[in-house]
Amino acid sequence: MKPAQFEYFDPGTLDEALKLLRDHGDDAKVLAGGQSLVPLMNFRLARPKVIVDVNKIPGLDYVRDVDGMIHIGALTRQRTVETSSVIKGKCPLLTEATYWVGHLAIRTRGTVGGTIAHADPAAEYPCVLSALGGQVVVKGPAGERVLTADDFFVTFLTTALQPTEMVTEVRFPTVPPEAGWAFVEFSRRHGDFAIVGVAAMVQLDKQRKCTDARIALCGVGGTPFKARSAEAILKGTEVTDKVIQAAAEKVGGEVEPEGDLHGSAEYRKHLAKVLTGRTLRKALEKAGKVG
Amino acid sequence: MTTGTATKQKRQLRTISMTINGVEYEGACEARKLLVDFIREDLGLTGTHVGCEHGICGACTIFLNGQTVRSCLMFAVQADGQNLVTVEGLAKEGKLHPLQEAFWEHHGLQCGFCTPGMLIGALDFLSTNSDPTEDEIRVGISGNLCRCTGYHNIVKAIKAAAPVIKQRGTIF
Repeated sequence: MKPAQFEYFDPGTLDEALKLLRDHGDDAKVLAGGQSLVPLMNFRLARPKVIVDVNKIPGLDYVRDVDGMIHIGALTRQRTVETSSVIKGKCPLLTEATYWVGHLAIRTRGTVGGTIAHADPAAEYPCVLSALGGQVVVKGPAGERVLTADDFFVTFLTTALQPTEMVTEVRFPTVPPEAGWAFVEFSRRHGDFAIVGVAAMVQLDKQRKCTDARIALCGVGGTPFKARSAEAILKGTEVTDKVIQAAAEKVGGEVEPEGDLHGSAEYRKHLAKVLTGRTLRKALEKAGKVG
Repeated sequence: MTTGTATKQKRQLRTISMTINGVEYEGACEARKLLVDFIREDLGLTGTHVGCEHGICGACTIFLNGQTVRSCLMFAVQADGQNLVTVEGLAKEGKLHPLQEAFWEHHGLQCGFCTPGMLIGALDFLSTNSDPTEDEIRVGISGNLCRCTGYHNIVKAIKAAAPVIKQRGTIF
């Protein structure tokens, strides 16, 4: 199958792109990395009448450390994130998650803004954004707005983005140097869509008591699952194996995944429990080891 | 009338040019023509293959400006003015690339369908890791599916070629 015909525009500025979205509304789709959109178009599951190719827009490819948050331009390629020393230093959870994003060739084109805007429930970046409590900056005819990850992800492949808006920046909270973190994913082949994945960050005080825990899962529902109850189990306690097990079981009990070709609902619930335990153990190994 | 103009724009052939393996090519195509189809059909470079058309199998993998991309997930018009390397560009003046030699030595191909993408993918992987372990190679080639070989000899070939390529100082 090949894509259906479409009108193609490659605007040179953000304003031009936004004008095109205004003019064409629901008829238009933004083309950034294309790693999610073009497969859909190749199978004609998506037949946008208008393509707005934003790859030529300057000034949307950057990584900046700003007041405890890493600001990443929407057009920043995942491959850039993979090798960014700023991100490796300040938000290594994102670097680790990138290892699981598709394959090298996918990451060359795939963008940070794109994977967030596409909001595939199995995707790694929305999971990390949700876990850390990040933000999405969106621009449209009414100007700019900043949404929390919780508000941005609505359901399967659906976000709070209006057809006339574009993601311009994604903001990830930094990971304190003494915090522990890990991203663990399960799929049949490395680089496949996650069946289930877990992102976790844990902070301990000098007595190894947990002062902060941030956990989210992908692949267990329409949006990333922020494991608030599991976080609450960890916070304020000395994190022993028993505590980890309790948190993992809590997650396994709470998630309500749908079954599909790649994994039944029961299997995903089981994976959610096992991988949460595994991820927390990995994160704790790192916690408190400075430098 | 909007409909008339829209249809005209959709069917419009855009003239594009690109450098592939050091040679300038020019052609004209609709915006919806995939880069892999443009390279194969319009330019006659049929070394790059079409497999799954959704980015998973890796048969269409080529170099764009020094990094690999899935040419089935790009429109040809997006490669206008860019620099590409395809499998046809690996051998130089009739001499096989060390990786191709290694695939030959170690029987790293049978039907050959995955091979162009596998070679290109492996080279990009080696540019990120010039001295990989076998496990690292297996992860490194996970973006290229092979239905014939079971990957065993592909991994052997890459392991054997890695030091030769490292010595040369370039993956090309």
